[in-house]
Amino acid sequence: MALFLLLDRLSVLVVVIIFAILFVSPSFSSTDIRILKAERRIDLTSSIVRAFHTLQVENIGDSHASEILLAFPPDQAKHMADLQASTSQGKKKKKNYIHLDVNPIDSSQTPNGAKLFSVSLNHNPLKTGETKTLELLVILTHVLEPFPAEISQSESQLVHYRDSAILLSPYPVKEQMTYIKTPSKKVESYSMVNPTNRVGEELRYGSYADSAPYSYTPIIVHFENNHPFAVIEELVRVIEISHWGNIQVKEQYRLLHGGARHKGVFSRLDYQSRQSSSGVSSFKTLLAKLPPRVHSVYYRDDIGNISSSHLRLDSKKSELQIEPRYPLLGGWKTSFVIGYSLPLESSLFEMSDGRHCLKFNFGSPFLETVVDKLTIKVVLPEGSKEPTASVSFPVEQHHETSFSYLDIVGRPTVVLKKENVVPENNTPFQVYYSFSPFFMFVEPLMLVSVFLLFFITVIAYLHTDLSIRKAA
Amino acid sequence: MEVSEDQKKAASKSLQSAFGSAICFLTLLLIGVLAFSIRLFSVIKYESVIHEFDPYFNYRVTQFLIKNGIYDFWNWFDDRTWYPLGRVIGGTVYPGLTLTAGSLWWFLNSLNIPLSVETVCVFTAPIFSANASWATYLMTKEVKGTGAGLAAATFLAMVPSYISRSVAGSYDNEAVAIFALIFTFYLYIKTLNTGSLFYATLNALSYFYMVCSWGGYTFIINLIPMHVLLCIATGRYSSRLYVAYAPLVILGTLLAALVPVVGFNAVLTSEHFASFLVFIIIHVAALVSYVKGILTPQKFKVAMTLVVTIGMAVCVTAVAVLVAAVAASPTKGWSGRSLSLLDPTYASKYIPIIASVSEHQPPTWPSYFMDINVLAFLVPAGIIACFLPLSDASSFMILYIVTSAYFSGVMVRLMLVLAPAACIMSGIAISEIFHVLTRSIKFEKNKSSGNPSSAGDITTVGNSITQSNKRKSEKQSEDHNLKEISYQRPSKKSKRKEKENSETVLRRFKKEKRLLVLPLEVSIISVVLIVLLGGFYVRHCVWAAAEAYSAPSIVLTSRSQDGMHVFDDFREAYSWLSHNTDNEDKIASWWDYGYQTTAMANRTVIVDNNTWNNTHIATVGTAMSSPEKEAWTIFQSLDVKYVLVVFGGLIGYPSDDINKFLWMVRIGGGVFPHIKEADYLRDGQYRIDSQATPTMLNSLMYKLSYYRFIETDGKGIDRVRGTEIGKKYFKLTHFEEVFTTHHWMVRIYKLKSPKNRIRGKLKKAKSTNPTGNGRKTRVNPWH
Repeated sequence: MALFLLLDRLSVLVVVIIFAILFVSPSFSSTDIRILKAERRIDLTSSIVRAFHTLQVENIGDSHASEILLAFPPDQAKHMADLQASTSQGKKKKKNYIHLDVNPIDSSQTPNGAKLFSVSLNHNPLKTGETKTLELLVILTHVLEPFPAEISQSESQLVHYRDSAILLSPYPVKEQMTYIKTPSKKVESYSMVNPTNRVGEELRYGSYADSAPYSYTPIIVHFENNHPFAVIEELVRVIEISHWGNIQVKEQYRLLHGGARHKGVFSRLDYQSRQSSSGVSSFKTLLAKLPPRVHSVYYRDDIGNISSSHLRLDSKKSELQIEPRYPLLGGWKTSFVIGYSLPLESSLFEMSDGRHCLKFNFGSPFLETVVDKLTIKVVLPEGSKEPTASVSFPVEQHHETSFSYLDIVGRPTVVLKKENVVPENNTPFQVYYSFSPFFMFVEPLMLVSVFLLFFITVIAYLHTDLSIRKAA
Repeated sequence: MEVSEDQKKAASKSLQSAFGSAICFLTLLLIGVLAFSIRLFSVIKYESVIHEFDPYFNYRVTQFLIKNGIYDFWNWFDDRTWYPLGRVIGGTVYPGLTLTAGSLWWFLNSLNIPLSVETVCVFTAPIFSANASWATYLMTKEVKGTGAGLAAATFLAMVPSYISRSVAGSYDNEAVAIFALIFTFYLYIKTLNTGSLFYATLNALSYFYMVCSWGGYTFIINLIPMHVLLCIATGRYSSRLYVAYAPLVILGTLLAALVPVVGFNAVLTSEHFASFLVFIIIHVAALVSYVKGILTPQKFKVAMTLVVTIGMAVCVTAVAVLVAAVAASPTKGWSGRSLSLLDPTYASKYIPIIASVSEHQPPTWPSYFMDINVLAFLVPAGIIACFLPLSDASSFMILYIVTSAYFSGVMVRLMLVLAPAACIMSGIAISEIFHVLTRSIKFEKNKSSGNPSSAGDITTVGNSITQSNKRKSEKQSEDHNLKEISYQRPSKKSKRKEKENSETVLRRFKKEKRLLVLPLEVSIISVVLIVLLGGFYVRHCVWAAAEAYSAPSIVLTSRSQDGMHVFDDFREAYSWLSHNTDNEDKIASWWDYGYQTTAMANRTVIVDNNTWNNTHIATVGTAMSSPEKEAWTIFQSLDVKYVLVVFGGLIGYPSDDINKFLWMVRIGGGVFPHIKEADYLRDGQYRIDSQATPTMLNSLMYKLSYYRFIETDGKGIDRVRGTEIGKKYFKLTHFEEVFTTHHWMVRIYKLKSPKNRIRGKLKKAKSTNPTGNGRKTRVNPWH
C-alpha cells in the first residue's frame, strides 16, 4: 500500500512542470543580467542542508548594475537560516573573498511567490559587458522531510529532499549544473531530468542550457539519512557578569529529535544488543564545544542532576559530551540545563574609553544542531550604564532589568533573540557598557551595615530593663 | 573602701558570667552548625535533590503554593492523582511544612536571593534540625540545667533516628514536626516552671504549629494530659499546672480546629478525648484545692464525701453516654493508625494497607541500636537522674520517655518520637555523671593539696584534669556561671529563675554532703570511658549519616572495581514520561510510585502514596494480579494509557514490584474476593521459578516484569530472587513495551487500543488517504 502510494506520488511529481513565465515584470529586470554559468553543490549529509552556488554573472544591459537578485522558492526562503554571498577578487593565486551584503526585498509580484534577495555590489558595480563570479552559501533547515514520517525501531530513516533541477533565478541562465551529495549510497529514488547521473554518493543534474527566468523543474530525492536530526527547539542562555571575577553562563535547552517519528514498541533489549540495526537514526550523545577555561560545569534538568556526561578540558578548548537521560528516537523530546563559569578576564575586555566589552559566541555550542529559537540574556552588573550590543547579523534586541542577589535597582539586561540559528552563526558578538567599580562594594557594605544594626539592637535590648515593677 | 571591693568582685563575676554565656552561645551555635552540616552528606555524596516518595509530594505542593498563592492552595483540588476521583489537597494535607518552606522561599526572594523552590525544600530539614537541637537545649535546661541542655542538644544534633528523616532533601513533615514537638514540650515545661500565661499562650501557638505539621500532634495532646493527671494523682496540683494546661486545651483545640485537615476532628475523635477528660478533672482538682483552703478539715471531709457520691453518679452516667456514643462508630472513634498503636496486631489483622508499609512494622532490636545507639544505655541512667529529685518537669520527662519507648516498639517510624526523649535523658545522664565525677576529682585534689575551695573553682580544676575532660567541665562552669548571671541581674526574666536556682544550689549542697566521693583513679577512668562512649556515638552517627541514611533512593549507586556506577533509572523513566507522553495520559503503577510520577513526570496517576481509598488501590492490585486480558479490561475502564512496573531482576534491586507483589494480591483480595493469596503461593512459599503456580506466572505483574527478560542472558536468572524464572517465552497481547530504562529498572507498557471493532473504519480511512495526498501535491506548484 505504502509503496503504491509512493509511486503514485512520485509519478505525479516526476512529470516535469516548467514554469516558464514569459512575461517578466520590468521592475526585476531593470538591468539586463544573465548568468553565464551556474553551479550548485548541495550537501545533504547532515540534517542541515548547505548549498554552495557559484554564479558567473554578466551584465548585458546598458547601465551599471549595483545589485544582483537571487530567487528562492517560498519553501526554501522560509527555512533559510543563513545566506552568505561573497565575490572573489584579484588574480588566481592572490584571490581574496569580499563579503557582500544580502537583504530580502519585496517580492509580491514574483511568479508563484518566489522570494527575492538582493546582493548589493555597491562598492564596485558590475559594468556593462563585465562578468563577475558570485559565491553563495545557502543554509536551509527543516527541509529534509522524513518519508515515511513514522518508522519503527528497526527501520532506518529515509528523507525527501525537494528542489529544482534548474536554478531558480530572475535571470536567464545559460549553462548550469547541480551536484547533490547524499550521506550514503542508499538512494531510494530520484527524479530524472535528463541528463541525470548518479555516481556513488553524488547525483548530478545537468548540464542544462539556456533556461528562461523563473524556470522551475521540481525534483525529489528520496534517500537514507541517519544523521542525528537534533533540533534545539528553544535555547535560553543567560550570561551573568560579576566584576568580582566571574562570568556565569546558564543555558536552558529543549531538545527534539526532528527526524522520522518513532512508532510502536521501543525495546531496550534490541536497542542495546543490536545497535547496528536498531534505532540507527536515534542519538544518545551530543558534543558541545565550550569556551576554554570553563569551570564549575553542571548538567541537570528539572528533576535533578543527569549523571552521564564527560568533560574534557585543555588549554584551547573544552568539550562537554552529554548524554540525555534516555536515547532520543524520532520525535522524542527532552529538556536540560547546562551551566558553567568562566574567569572574567577570558571574555571581558576594557576599551580605551573606559567602557567594558563582553565578547561571547552567539550560537549554540552543539555541533551540527539547529536552534529554532535562541534567546541570549546578558545580565550586566548592577549599576552599569549604556549597554549596547553589536552582532554581525540581524537579531531582535531589547533591554530589561533582572534582579539577583540582594539587588535594589536591578541589573540591566540585554536580550538578543534570533530564530533558526545554525552553527554558521556561531560567531562572536559584543556587548559594551560602562561600569564604575564603586558599585561592586554596595552589597557588601549593605550586609555589613545590616549586621551592625542588628548587633546594636541586641546590645540596646540587653541594656534596657522593660519590666514595670522593679524587683525588690 | 569596702564598697569598691564589692564592686570589683561584682565586676569580675559579671565578666565571668558573660564569658560563660558567650561560650554557651558559641557552643549552641556550633551545635546548630553540626546539626545542619551532618545532614549534608546526601548533597555532597549524591546531589541536591528531593528524596524518596512523600517528599516529592510535599515538594509538588510547595511548588503549587508558591505559584498560585495561599488561597488557591486551600482550595486546591488535584486532578492529577486518584484518577478519576481526584484529591482535595488543601483539606487533606498538614500544611505546616509547605507553609514553612513557602514563607522561607518568599522571604529569600523578597531579598532578591534567587534560590529555587527545590533548593529551599532540600535545605528545610537541616535548618529545622538545628532549630530542634536548640529547642532540646532549652527544654533540657528547664529540666536539669544548662550542662544537661548542651549535652542533650549535642546528642540530638546527630541522633541517627532523626537524621534518617531530616537529611538534606528529605523534605518531609517529620523534619519540622520534631522541632515543633520539642518546642511545644519545652514551652509546656517552661509554663509549668514559671506559671506564666505568656508562655502558656506561646505553648498553644507552638501546639498549633505542630498540628499544622504532623499527625503526630495527637501524641502531645495525649501525653500532656497524662502528665497533668499524674501530677494531680500524686498530689502535685498547683496553679502553675493549671496555667500550663487549661489554656493549652482551650486555645490549642480552637487553633487545631482551624487546620482544615483536622477541623472538627479536634473535638470529635477519640484521640482528643483524654485532653477534655483531664480538663474536667483539673477543674475538679482546682475546685477541691480551693474548697480545701476555705474550709476546716472536718467540714472539708463532710463536703468531700457528699461531692464524691454525687460526682460519682454524674460521672458514671456521663461515661456511659460517652462509651455508647463512641461504640456506635465502627472504629470506636479511633483512626486506623492510632488503633494499630494501641493494639499492635490490629493493622495486620484488618488493614493490610497500613501493614504493607515497612515503616509501620514493629522495629527489631538492632534497629534500636542503629537509631539511638549508645543513648539506649544512657537512658536508664537519665531516668534515675530524673528521680533525684523528682520535679514536675522531670516527671514529665519520665512519662515522655516511657510512652515514646512503647510507641517506638509498635511502629518503627515512631522511633523518631523516642529519639528526642532518649537524647534528653542521655544528656541529663551524661551531665549528672560528669557532675559527680568532676566533683570527686576536685574533692580528691583539694584534699591532697589541703586547700579548701569554693564551688566556683570547678572550672579551674576541671580544666587542669585532662584534655578530653575539658569540654564537659566547661559546661559545668557555664552552668555555674549562668546561675551567677541570674544573681547579678534581678530583672523580670531572672526573678523566678533566681529563686529556682537558689533552691537547686541549696539542694546540690545537700547532695554533695550526702553523696559519696569516688576515688580519684576511678573517677578519671570513668571520665575517660564516658568520653570514649561519646566518641563511639559520634563515630556511629557520622557513619549513619554518611552511609545509611543519605541515599536519596531515586538514584542508586554501586561501587565496583572500575569505580562508581550510577543507576538513575527512575528519573530516566519519569523524564521520558514527562516529555514523550500526552499531558492528559493516565499512568497506572503500584501506589509507591504515585507521588513521584505526579511530581517528576507531571502525569495523572490512579493511586498514590496517600492511600486514602483502599478500594481504588485494591482495584490496581487486582489488575496487577489478574491475567493480561482481565487486567487490560480493568485498566481500560480506568482510562489508563500506560502501566509502569519496577523491575530489579536484571541488576538486583530488591525493592521492586515482584517483591511487593504479595501485598498487591492481599490488598486486592481484601476487596475483590476472587483474588486469593493461596493461588499465588506454592505450599505457602512465594516463588517465581518453574515451581510457581500458574496463576502467578500468568499474572500481569509477572508478565510485565519478565517480558523478553530471557533474551538478556539466555537463561533468565533473576538476580534479586536468585532463581531462574518460571515462564520464559511469552508474548503480550494487550500491552506493548514502549519504554524500558537503561538498567531495566522501570518498564513502561502501553495498553493496546481495542482495534477489532474499528477495523472497517481503518480500511476506509486508508483508501481515502492517497487521493487526498495526491490532490495536495498537485496543488502545490513547488513540489
